[in-house]
Amino acid sequence: MDIKIKVKDLRVFFNKQEALKGITINVARNMITGFMGPAGSGKSTLISTINRMIDFEDNIKIEGKVYIDDVDILDGDINTVSLRRQVGTVFAVPIPLQRSIFENIAYGPRLKGINDKAELHRIVADSLKKAFLWDEVKDRLDISANKLSGGQQQRLCLARTLALKPEIILLDEPCSGLDPISTAKIEEALNELKKEYTIILVSNNTKQIARITDYSAFFYMGELIEYGTTEKIFTNPTQKKTEDYISGKFG
Amino acid sequence: MNERASIKEGVVKTVLTTFALSSLLFLFLIFIFILIEGSPLFLKVGLKNIILGSKWAPTKGSFGIFPMIISSFLVTFGALIIGAPLGLSCAIYLSEYSGKRLKMILKPALELLAGIPSVVYGFLGVIYIVPLVRDHLGGSGFSLISTSIILAIMILPTIISISFDSIMSVPKTYREGSYAMGATKWQTIYKIVVPSARSGILASFILGMGRAIGETMAVIMIAGNALKIPMSITDPLRTLTGNIALELAYATGDHRLGLFSTGIVLLVIIMALNYIANFGIKRRS
Repeated sequence: MDIKIKVKDLRVFFNKQEALKGITINVARNMITGFMGPAGSGKSTLISTINRMIDFEDNIKIEGKVYIDDVDILDGDINTVSLRRQVGTVFAVPIPLQRSIFENIAYGPRLKGINDKAELHRIVADSLKKAFLWDEVKDRLDISANKLSGGQQQRLCLARTLALKPEIILLDEPCSGLDPISTAKIEEALNELKKEYTIILVSNNTKQIARITDYSAFFYMGELIEYGTTEKIFTNPTQKKTEDYISGKFG
Repeated sequence: MNERASIKEGVVKTVLTTFALSSLLFLFLIFIFILIEGSPLFLKVGLKNIILGSKWAPTKGSFGIFPMIISSFLVTFGALIIGAPLGLSCAIYLSEYSGKRLKMILKPALELLAGIPSVVYGFLGVIYIVPLVRDHLGGSGFSLISTSIILAIMILPTIISISFDSIMSVPKTYREGSYAMGATKWQTIYKIVVPSARSGILASFILGMGRAIGETMAVIMIAGNALKIPMSITDPLRTLTGNIALELAYATGDHRLGLFSTGIVLLVIIMALNYIANFGIKRRS
């Protein structure tokens, strides 16, 4: 396995309560890795540690190591701004900026200092195509992003993440509020994107994890219960808890 | 029992409605009262001679308040130029940068600042600001700049607390979205947070402006109260409010009516400002 992200004995405490209880996991490059588990299992905490969005929470304590390409990203000297350009994030609820479609996607590149019109247009078009949204919006890039449907907004959020040219894309339950058709479009996009990016998909939807991921991890109460190829996890899990979860006995 | 409960409900509703409408009644009465008292002079001397007249000698039949109108605008504008950036910066600092403990000290301190009587601010101005201006900028010190500085301090609590509330009400998800796209804290603040809180911030400026234009006591103490249009920031001036407060105690006859006319003009200006401001906020948001 070609490793992109290496997590070693990661412990996270919120107000002294242990949210992650010593997680060790390696995430493969150019694959889709699924993180699943019921609410409170720690899967979202893990990804917010990988993009350091956890810094914005109060009263946290982090122990252990997270490496991306052998760089320790929990090191205090790491530049979190450039880290978040390297690790793009798509949230559960799509929150476009209160601006046009074009400006939503150009926001990230502009922050990096790209101001050339032609270059921005190229990035916007390219990102929208990769997110499978281009055909639906190409004639109305200047309308407010709020006018798009929920599914389109989520693909817009994916496109604006792609515009940052990240290496890793984290998706935190990106389809939880979407209809099946929008979900299918996101999944189609992810399948194409994994050729260029390392993708982590957090989802409550075990069927979705089974459909599109290459590796799956099952979390429960802050612990990593089982991790392996998706095929193995879904056909022959070694842990009783995993089996119960994927067969829908709890969760 | 049920019937009694519903009667009680009805009574409570009627009483509350009456109280609620009484504020409208007061506004109406104030307006009518000032209009009745002041309008005879408008008819006698002429609207143009009052509003555009440059000479105020009420005992000799001149009722021009143009210099005071200009002065009122100038001190208010000056107070906003100083107070708005200061207040907005403070609100941004409080909401985005300061720690919880500092916030807990600063917020009540600001509320206390709002509760200090205006005569105390005037006192402060006479003792510190006026000599400071006299020594460094020249003139008597009783001036446009001194008044604007004191008014700026007086409107700070209004600007800060309303801006702060509107900045705090920007959803956390907006900020997260921006950070996730590789924005720094400052980029997030000026590209996302402040534009999202725009209407509340504007409202805070407008309320501050209302307070500045209506302020009387502190202004009388520092403005110098000269009856001319100030030509530089170190010139003294007299505002509409100051004019009324200074002269009402001894004014009789037409002089007294002249002060009521000043009141009408002040009221109209304040209502117009409020209207324009509300219109602006609604259109932008």
